[in-house]
Amino acid sequence: MSELLTKLHAFWSALTTYWISLPFAWQLTLKSLAGIVAIMLPLILTVAYLTLAERRIIGFMQVRMGPNRVGPWGLLQPFADVLKLVFKEVILPTNANRFLFITAPVISISTAFAAWAVIPFSNGVMLSNANAGLLYILALTSFGVYGIILSGWASNSKYAFLGAMRSAAQMVSYEIAMGFALVGVLMASQSLNLNDIVLAQNGGFSHWFWLPLLPLFVIYFISGVAETNRAPFDVAEGESEIVAGFHVEYSGTAFAAFFLAEYANMILISALAATLFWGGWLSPVQGWHFLEDTPLAFLVHTSFIWFAVKTCVFLYAFLWFRATFPRYRYDQIMRLGWKVFIPITILWLVLEGVAIVLKIPPWFA
Amino acid sequence: MNTVRSWIRSLLLVELFQGLGLTGKLFFARKVTLRYPEEKTPKSPRYRGLHAQRRYANGEERCIACKLCEAVCPALAITIDSEQREDGTRRTTRYDIDLFKCIYCGFCEEACPVDAIVETSITEFHFEKRGEQIMTKEKLLTIGDKYEAQIAAERAADAPYR
Repeated sequence: MSELLTKLHAFWSALTTYWISLPFAWQLTLKSLAGIVAIMLPLILTVAYLTLAERRIIGFMQVRMGPNRVGPWGLLQPFADVLKLVFKEVILPTNANRFLFITAPVISISTAFAAWAVIPFSNGVMLSNANAGLLYILALTSFGVYGIILSGWASNSKYAFLGAMRSAAQMVSYEIAMGFALVGVLMASQSLNLNDIVLAQNGGFSHWFWLPLLPLFVIYFISGVAETNRAPFDVAEGESEIVAGFHVEYSGTAFAAFFLAEYANMILISALAATLFWGGWLSPVQGWHFLEDTPLAFLVHTSFIWFAVKTCVFLYAFLWFRATFPRYRYDQIMRLGWKVFIPITILWLVLEGVAIVLKIPPWFA
Repeated sequence: MNTVRSWIRSLLLVELFQGLGLTGKLFFARKVTLRYPEEKTPKSPRYRGLHAQRRYANGEERCIACKLCEAVCPALAITIDSEQREDGTRRTTRYDIDLFKCIYCGFCEEACPVDAIVETSITEFHFEKRGEQIMTKEKLLTIGDKYEAQIAAERAADAPYR
């Protein structure tokens, strides 16, 4: 036993000396890689269980059970789905552009995951504490639309092309409203760094940005639903109209990549909504000192748990919307985006600017 | 005024929240789904499922090859050949029901003067090879022997209403 311990100890010290001997660039790369794995694995697992949660929750809302056969309460269902998809053949249509056809899902999924680099999970816990974090996120979510457009174009199929066109127009329109909503946040917090944005909301439930920026918050989240092409804005897929939209021609792992990207984007939008408007990892009952000596003290402290809970609330809203609202007609989507959301956001930005200049308490003092 | 009110209503998302409230309430509603292999819906004793041929208590087959079922069958699913047995009674030498043709109307059972051919409430059956769907006399009698208790109980339960 002690022999084993000494061996382990020797191994550990050898490892640390090796680590110190590494050049700084290598250390940085390895650290970043470890961080990426630490974000990616839970994220992919969350996506897997989000698909299950979606089917179960929507099932419940439609007064049925949802999948409950594979494993207890259907908990192994995501793995069955993944296994099925992985073993399926990836079919390349004859007239498809091979290179773009393969690239498109890669773009979709990599942008969906890359945006997570600047999300603060707890105070300062983020892969990259980028000062222009909000811009980075805007850039990456805009880039994600290329995955969809390219897949629709490269498939050389009319349904895929229609879906791609629809989603391109829709995502570009809602990007503007979403961008304006984010401008409101950055005006209020005076920062583009997501960690600083969260810190600017310090002070409990009523200090978070959702209250002073209520219209922007609502518009941000609705635009987020539209950005991710989720119901009721899922005209890009539109099963009943254009079969499956941009990913008609995709099968197997390539399809799984799109699926993964869509759900990762949902989680991203929810996490962002939590970060920007609901105070990220801040506790909603911050400052309730009478809880300090009780077992509930952990509720008062800022922690990852709050971030996760808030994200889950928004994710639930995504599923709730899907179970409730019928699909928007295409022209209604455009009308909503251009004639309702953009004017309201601009109006609120002006009001907010006035409030900031006049230092109106309690938020802008 | 009404225009203003409808504007405010749509800006406050009133109807959308009503919709969300409905689905939110249904989320907690009791689910009526049956978990099929474990739970099953109750069946009427009159249920018309898989066919069977019955015997009398002494082991003699009931069928007397009157061919009424063959005549009444609207799908022409029944084929009967008959011959005189050594003891002088008329018996079937062949009694085939093609379950792919059968529409499970139950007329054969209604027509039968001796309650020989019956439709049981068995619904869980399948065929794995072509030709297995032809229910021969032996198969029908085997089913009848196996489920006689159930068949008799169902006939008894239904008798007052016939």
